[in-house]
Amino acid sequence: MSKPTEGHIVKRFDDQLTHLHGLVLEMGRMVVEQLRRALDTLDAEDAEAAREVAERDQEVNRLDNRVDDELVRVLAMRAPVARDLREVMAVAKSVTDLERVGDEARRVAQLTQRLYGNSGSSPNPGLLRDFFELGQDVIAALETTLRAFESLDLDLAVEVLHNDEALDGEFQAALRRLSTYIMEDHRNVGHVVEVVLGLRALDRIGAHAKNIAGYIIYLATGRDVRHVPTGSLIEEFGTGG
Amino acid sequence: MNSIPYEAETGMVEREGMAAGAAQPGEAEAGRDASPKAEDRRTVGDYTHPSAVMECREVNVHYGDKHAIHDVSLDVGANEVIAMIGPSGCGKSTFLRCLNRMNDTIDGCRVSGSIRLDGQDIYDRKTDVVPLRARVGMVFQKPNPFPKSIYENVAYGPRIHGLARSKAELDEVVQTSLEKAGLWAEVKDRLDQPGTGLSGGQQQRLCIARAIAVSPEVILMDEPCSALDPIATARIEELIDELRGNYSIAIVTHSMQQAARVSQRTAYFHLGDLIEVGETADIFTNPRHRLTEDYITGRFG
Repeated sequence: MSKPTEGHIVKRFDDQLTHLHGLVLEMGRMVVEQLRRALDTLDAEDAEAAREVAERDQEVNRLDNRVDDELVRVLAMRAPVARDLREVMAVAKSVTDLERVGDEARRVAQLTQRLYGNSGSSPNPGLLRDFFELGQDVIAALETTLRAFESLDLDLAVEVLHNDEALDGEFQAALRRLSTYIMEDHRNVGHVVEVVLGLRALDRIGAHAKNIAGYIIYLATGRDVRHVPTGSLIEEFGTGG
Repeated sequence: MNSIPYEAETGMVEREGMAAGAAQPGEAEAGRDASPKAEDRRTVGDYTHPSAVMECREVNVHYGDKHAIHDVSLDVGANEVIAMIGPSGCGKSTFLRCLNRMNDTIDGCRVSGSIRLDGQDIYDRKTDVVPLRARVGMVFQKPNPFPKSIYENVAYGPRIHGLARSKAELDEVVQTSLEKAGLWAEVKDRLDQPGTGLSGGQQQRLCIARAIAVSPEVILMDEPCSALDPIATARIEELIDELRGNYSIAIVTHSMQQAARVSQRTAYFHLGDLIEVGETADIFTNPRHRLTEDYITGRFG
């Protein structure tokens, strides 16, 4: 079976769509790397490295612009329809979400800068206990999403939708635990607020991964699954294996 | 494996659209080619229209030994533009020409099945093709005005069909027809000049005015823009959209973009079979049959 972007009589069209598909994966790998580095700076308490990560978000933004340019060119030149049109739409929407993931990774890097960049007191290490775990889970969700996008694997896309519910649960649990630190010692409040904002960034990344999983389902099946309850999607698309 | 539904999702949908008045499906199936491909060639989508002007059921066309159209069932609805697309030789033009019996004159051409206009079988022995072709008009690929004046081109039909009782009435029919065809302003001062002296786009609009002049119910268009430049094409497409208010239009086009722009429903033909019918927006975003998808995305090999 040929790749979904291939098989056109006009070979150049194949190349353009394959290239666009590849750019999403490239951008995806880039933001995963950004998030991983941001978490590393937090672990290493290295505010200087965090500043570099935050600056590198510009590269993600540049790639976002480049993909947009190519999308406009394909629309103008090829007037894509059917699956090709859905490919173009899915790429356009996915890169928007990935660009936001880049922004959220930058926020995690900025958390490092806020917690460790000044000479003030270091935060209670317990505050970040859930943070790294949630960070790893979010990275896993992104990586699964990218694999699903690469091969248009509906099973993997549904897995992302399914796991997003677990991520939501982890996020809520982390918030509850953080509140106990405030009750324990109100001097933790400033640090807790920072960590909550960081957790919120991770939670948003999980939501972006879920969005992209939805675009994959749209691309492959033509079904718009936004605003459809996850449970019914898992039932509808998750039967294979 | 549940990855790409490219093959899996192109499964057929039962012909639920089979209207009560249609021929018994079993009869047609019995005479059908039993090759393994037959299943793939059943029409996907609802070929009926809630307010059909023309109802075609199990239409077969043979040119001598060649079986050009196989069991095609399709409605043309009131006030709709239905586009017929497909590769060369797929039967779309042949099917279109069945709708006003343009195939009658072709030697060895046999049409079977039923084609009804307002419930009346147009292939009935009692049907006279001359009034039929007034009710189902036609516009061809190449503009073909009569070698007469602009006025006479439009006046000819109403005159032979006895649709105007006086010169004044005829003048009015000519004027309103030319107005509806968007040509009046350009030709009103030279109605006595030959129609063949107009530009290609103007000639095509003159042919449309000629078709409109006899108050048809349906207008058939066989690639009406393929000989025109993009601006003349845009004018005709705009005109088609306006005409939809009063007429039903069936258009055969090689331009997929044109089908997407002008029609509400699209029918995809392939090697004499009607493969898929549906809302144009659905066909061009999420076609259900693999053959349709391959064709409209430019993958047809």
